[in-house]
Amino acid sequence: MNVNYMYSLLAVVVLFLLSYLGVKAVGLEILFGILFPYLALITFIGGVIYRVMDWAKSYVPFCIPTTCGQQQSLPWITPNKIDNPFTPGATVVRMFLEVVFFRSLFRNTRNAIREGKLTHEWEIWLWLAALAFHYSFLTVIIRHIRLFTEPVPFVVQLIETVDSFFRFEVLTDVVQFGLPAVFMSGLVLLAAVTFLFVRRILAPHVRYISLAADYFPLILIFGIAFSGIFMRYVSKVNIKAAKELTMGLVTLHPTIPEGIAPIFYVHLFFVSVLLAYFPFSKLMHMAGIFLSPTRNLPANTRAKRHINPWNYPVEVHTYEEYEDEFREKMIEAGLPVEKE
Amino acid sequence: MNDRKYILTGLVIFFAIVTFPFWYNLGKAAPGPDIKLTEKAKAAKTCVMPTSYMRAEHMQLLDLWRHNVVRNAERVFVNTEGKEFNMSLSNTCLDCHSNKADFCDKCHNYSSVRPYCWDCHIENPKEAK
Repeated sequence: MNVNYMYSLLAVVVLFLLSYLGVKAVGLEILFGILFPYLALITFIGGVIYRVMDWAKSYVPFCIPTTCGQQQSLPWITPNKIDNPFTPGATVVRMFLEVVFFRSLFRNTRNAIREGKLTHEWEIWLWLAALAFHYSFLTVIIRHIRLFTEPVPFVVQLIETVDSFFRFEVLTDVVQFGLPAVFMSGLVLLAAVTFLFVRRILAPHVRYISLAADYFPLILIFGIAFSGIFMRYVSKVNIKAAKELTMGLVTLHPTIPEGIAPIFYVHLFFVSVLLAYFPFSKLMHMAGIFLSPTRNLPANTRAKRHINPWNYPVEVHTYEEYEDEFREKMIEAGLPVEKE
Repeated sequence: MNDRKYILTGLVIFFAIVTFPFWYNLGKAAPGPDIKLTEKAKAAKTCVMPTSYMRAEHMQLLDLWRHNVVRNAERVFVNTEGKEFNMSLSNTCLDCHSNKADFCDKCHNYSSVRPYCWDCHIENPKEAK
C-alpha cells in the first residue's frame, strides 16, 4: 500500500461518485453539465496564461542549455548543429524536434549492476509509451472537435476515418463490441496511460520518487479514457443529445437536453477537473517545455556573453582614482606614478 | 525580457487553439436536428424497442440483426414485449422510416457518423426521394 497512489485513486473515486450521484440522485445536471465546464475552461485558460507570464517575468541568470554534441568552435572541428545549437534557428529546430519526438526522453538510460559493474542501459519503453500516450491523446482531442463544431470540419472527419481504419467487431451473446466503429486512439490512450501508471508502481526506483501529484493525473486520465470508451462501446449515450449539450456550451446558449445518461456527466466532470487542475500541476510541462532555459537558449556561451539581469552596478575603485587619492604619498615614498 | 514578444505570441496561439470551437461557431445557433417521422412511423407509435433505447443503441441492434440473419439464418426478432419482427433493415426499419434523408442522415451528419449500412442498402427501392 502506498499512500500516494491510494489517495489519488480515492480522489478520482470520490470525483466519480460526486458527479454520478450528483446527476443520478440529486439531478444537478446544470452544475455538472454547464457550470463546472465553464469554470474549468476559464481556470484552464487564465491559469495557463498566469503561469506562463509568471515564468516570462522570471530572470534567466545563466545560459544553461543542455548540450548533446560538439559545440561550434574552431572551423576545422565539426559542430553538431542541432544537438548543440549555436544560432536561434538551430535552437528552434532542436525545440521542435524535442516537442514533436521527445528526443531527450529517447536518450533515457537505466542504471543497473551487471556482473559487478555499473552499466547504463538504453531504456526505450518510457519514450515509446510517452509518445503513444501524447499522440493518442492529441488524436482523441481532435476527434472530439466533432462535438464542438457544426458543420464538422473535413480534417476532423478525415482523422476519424483514419482512426477507425481497423474495423473489428466482437459479437457474442455476452459481449457486443465494435459498433460504432472502434477508434484506435482511445484504446492506445488507455493502454499507454495504464503502462505509465503501472510503471510507477512496479519499478521501485520510480515509485520512490512518485508523489500523489504524479499518480493523480494518470488515474484521472485513465478515468476519462475509460468513461469515454465505456459510453461509446458498452453503455451507449444518445450522441445527438450529447452534442446538443456541448454545442450549447460553445455557442453560449447552454442547454441540458433530455436523455443523457449520468456516465456522460461523469466523463465531462473528469475532463473539467483535469482542465481546472492543469495550470497548478506538472501537466504545465505543455507550456513549460517552451520556456525551459536548458532547451530554448542557443549554446553560444563562448561567442556571446550572457548578461545576468541580476547584475547591479558594482562600486569600483579604479587605479586612476587610487592614484589620485594617494599620489602625493606615493611620490614621497618614491613609487612610480602614471600622472605627475 | 526581450523574449516577451515570443512568449506573448505563443500565448495568443494557445488561446486561439483552445477557444477554437467558440469562434468557429460564432453567431451560429446550432440546435440539434429535428427528426421527421413519416406518417406510418407516427401511426405505429412504438419502434421495435423503446425510443430511448433506439436513439442510443440502434446500431448495436442492427449489428445483431445482421449477424443473426447472415450467420445463423434467424429472421425473427422478438422484442421485450413479445412482438415479432422480421430482422431486416430494408423491410422493417425502412418500411416505417422511409425518409432516410430526414431520419437517418440528419443525426448521422450532425454527430459526424458515417455508418456503412448504405454501402449496400442505398439501392433500397422503398426510399422516398
